[in-house]
Amino acid sequence: MTRLGDLERAVMDVLWDSVPATSDGVTVREVADALDGRELAYTTVMTVLDRLAGKGMVQREREGRAWRYRPAATREAHIAQLMLDALDLGGSRDAVLVRFARSVTGTEAEVLRAALGAEAGLTDRVDDPRAGGPALDEATDR
Amino acid sequence: MAYAVHFAATILACWLTAQVLTVSKWTWRAPRVAILCWQAVGLALGLSAMGLPMAVGLAAYDRPTGSALLALAEDLAHGTLPAGVGAAHLGLVGIGFGIGAVLLTTTVRSIHGTVRAQRRHRELLSLVARRDPTVPGALVLDHPSAAAYCLPGVRPRVVVSAGTLSLLDRAELAAVLTHERTHAQERHDLVLLPFTALCRALPWFGWVRDAHEQVALLVEMRADDKARELHAEAPLAGALRRFAAAGHRVTPAGALGVGDRDLDVRVQRLLVADRPPRLLGGTALAVATTLVALPISLFLS
Repeated sequence: MTRLGDLERAVMDVLWDSVPATSDGVTVREVADALDGRELAYTTVMTVLDRLAGKGMVQREREGRAWRYRPAATREAHIAQLMLDALDLGGSRDAVLVRFARSVTGTEAEVLRAALGAEAGLTDRVDDPRAGGPALDEATDR
Repeated sequence: MAYAVHFAATILACWLTAQVLTVSKWTWRAPRVAILCWQAVGLALGLSAMGLPMAVGLAAYDRPTGSALLALAEDLAHGTLPAGVGAAHLGLVGIGFGIGAVLLTTTVRSIHGTVRAQRRHRELLSLVARRDPTVPGALVLDHPSAAAYCLPGVRPRVVVSAGTLSLLDRAELAAVLTHERTHAQERHDLVLLPFTALCRALPWFGWVRDAHEQVALLVEMRADDKARELHAEAPLAGALRRFAAAGHRVTPAGALGVGDRDLDVRVQRLLVADRPPRLLGGTALAVATTLVALPISLFLS
């Protein structure tokens, strides 16, 4: 893993683990303080947060002269998104992944989608007609 | 006209070969040979689909399609068309090129979409997946559902979910990881890509979808073979059975998991130790080579 990827992960961990969902985010300074052990420069943390914002992983709002950052979605929602891809429910028509086996039930699929549906910002990839195929609907109706 | 008949005959032969490949059972014992055959059929079909309208349009030249195309280009440059080449004929040649362009752009679009989705998936993985000492070299997603997959690419990633870790024992897990690494090493994503692209280009043809499903299943069988080579049949069959059963754990009775039929076929196949069918495989390869050689030779001569 690249050093930058490593930093992005550390920053996201701070945002996910130490920012309560109700709060309106943290400043760069607060993130840098939480990553105290790494002795990162303020500007480094800012760059990483900037990159993460560019990727749509964090949202930011201006407060006075500083930005406040918070995660765009929970860690669980991202995992649910990856699992939808992994179980071929993500609605992609391309051969993005090669799977060992698919064995997923309608119930599981619904749970995964529900995890995503609750999240703003990720919903654009969930609304796929194929994902809610007749077989799955039938399974969940029982 | 003889050349058009050649292309038409190739298309017919491709269709017949596809039918035979779909119903044959020997393909399961020699998945690699079968995959090669499917690729040959796909390539020959694509080339013939381009060549047929061209050859009809260029019938007046009475030359193989390749040299007839060159002659046409020369005549067009000089502004003199021979007798028997009218607007309709030029239109047919245009249709041939159009088919080629559609096939090419669909493939490029498919590659583009795939690469983008893979990059996004890779980025998310690097943020939320963790490494685990029980599965060296693989990433773990903390989710109770069972999933194991390979994110292909130059730096491939093998990913398993926490559900898989609790579902399988050590030997089964090792077999599954080998299976996934085979997908990554042999670039099975690239094997599937043209067929996926074809499905997108021609969504209304059932047999194109059938071909795609067949190749997808054969690719799994090839990876299964590699895993059974290194870990014996039992753990792999066990892992497949557990995956098949995992779907039922949380579902009301009677609701089937997706993909159960293919899992069954793969387990059944592991239970019978058959030798690869050398004679049949060799014959199939010879047929496949002939199929590809026919349209290529017409374009090159």
